[in-house]
Amino acid sequence: MLLIWNRPGFTEELTEQDRTALFGEVDEIMKELTETGELVDGQALANPSQTLTVRQIDGSTEIVDGPFMESKEQFAGYLTVECDSPQRAAEIAARWPDVRYGGAMEVRPVMEQAGTEM
Amino acid sequence: MTEDRTVEDLLRTLAPQVLGLLVRRHGQFDRCEDAVQEALLAAATQWPGQGVPDNPRAWLLTVATRRLTDEWRSESARRDREVAVALREPAYVGVAPPADAEPAVADADDTLTLLFLCCHPALTGSAQVALTLRAVGGLSTAQIARAHLVPEATMSQRIRRAKQRIEAAGARFTMPEPAERDERLRSVLRVLYLIFNEGYTASSGPDLHRAELTGEAIRLARILRGLLPDDGEVAGLLALMLLTDAHRAARLGPDGELVPLAEQDRTRWDAAAIAEGIALITEALTWSPPGPYQLQAAIAAVHAEASTAAETDWRQIVALYRLLARIAPNPMITLNQSVAVAMVDGPRAGLALLTPLIADERTAGHHRLAAVRAHLLELAGDAEAAREAYLAAARGTTSLPEQRYLELKAGRLATQR
Repeated sequence: MLLIWNRPGFTEELTEQDRTALFGEVDEIMKELTETGELVDGQALANPSQTLTVRQIDGSTEIVDGPFMESKEQFAGYLTVECDSPQRAAEIAARWPDVRYGGAMEVRPVMEQAGTEM
Repeated sequence: MTEDRTVEDLLRTLAPQVLGLLVRRHGQFDRCEDAVQEALLAAATQWPGQGVPDNPRAWLLTVATRRLTDEWRSESARRDREVAVALREPAYVGVAPPADAEPAVADADDTLTLLFLCCHPALTGSAQVALTLRAVGGLSTAQIARAHLVPEATMSQRIRRAKQRIEAAGARFTMPEPAERDERLRSVLRVLYLIFNEGYTASSGPDLHRAELTGEAIRLARILRGLLPDDGEVAGLLALMLLTDAHRAARLGPDGELVPLAEQDRTRWDAAAIAEGIALITEALTWSPPGPYQLQAAIAAVHAEASTAAETDWRQIVALYRLLARIAPNPMITLNQSVAVAMVDGPRAGLALLTPLIADERTAGHHRLAAVRAHLLELAGDAEAAREAYLAAARGTTSLPEQRYLELKAGRLATQR
């Protein structure tokens, strides 16, 4: 799974030209991954201001506004890809344009229900 | 139900034969494959109700050919010139025997040629697997997608791209040259084993669709063995699959947890599959120089012959691993070898074998290495080091049942202290 981390709203600061180019790149990568059959799933998440966080404080469950992490970068969306190697997944992540604008892509394997005989 | 089963079996047997004939006549692998899938679909909906036609193969061939010509005709309205090229009989058709002259021989060759084509080196492993299941196995895209737990659209694109790559690579529907044949056969065996393992590692609980893959891999390996009865590795792979699949009922506990080989209830092993696998590998080893699949099958046979884990002939297994490590050196083989060596010469001897793997960057962080080290350290009585290795292995695996098993082992060592 490719987790997309970026600074919320960073696209608002770009010139119209850069913004159009960025969305074009994303469309391009998605189209390519669909064609190769590597794309399994993917979603973009709404702005962190829409977030509720549920946690226990002093033994009682509280629901608070705002994201879990108070960092500058926020979890912005994900892609699930199925590729032949972890290197290939990292290669896809490296092309994601958010990385150029200070964002980061986290590449994590997904746990499976399967296992080998030990 | 039985009727449907028979129809499905029949269709899956005929699929590669019909596809082979079409591609040999017209070229254009990707279009012929689409046409055959449509014909299979039509048969699967019509035959159970209306009965199987007298000559099912001719029926499928007719329907698929009609689909092809329909497509060409509708295109000809737009692109006359291209159709002329499409309909041109490829030069090599004249060389091949007429389809009806020697059907048995032609069908057999076609199925083998198809297998070689689907395992074309221009394709990635996952594409080879998907294409083999569809073109040779006659599975629908939906079935293949379900077995791989991906959306149908994903699998459909993967198969489409694979067919285009084959066309682009200029693959002809002919047997590869003798020099390349042997290499291609190794790819075919690898792909069949991949299909088997995809099914076997997941042959539990909610993933019944994946369990069908083991059956399909065995079926295809049987076909391959029928086509190439003189290849010892083909026999070895089939034997290995049968002997492994025989554990299926015993390898998972009541809660879906993995039961290691040593702790499995052997009365639940499939005796018929074991008998067949042992006979197959024993016979193959008498006339063929042993290859990696034969040796792995031979090891599985030694395990199967012991009525309890303790009675296993570990010396023989060590000897077989030594041979295997010489002809096909591979860190995963060294891992398994170390367990066998530990059973004969003690856990420290097994651990010594692992030392180079810890320094090898390909294997250093691999959870299987940590899991085997943990097991051997536990046997050696070093509970603390074993516990750490089990936890490292649990962090490294992407398999939930494995993770649970490894954490359980670590937890038990902690309570012993």
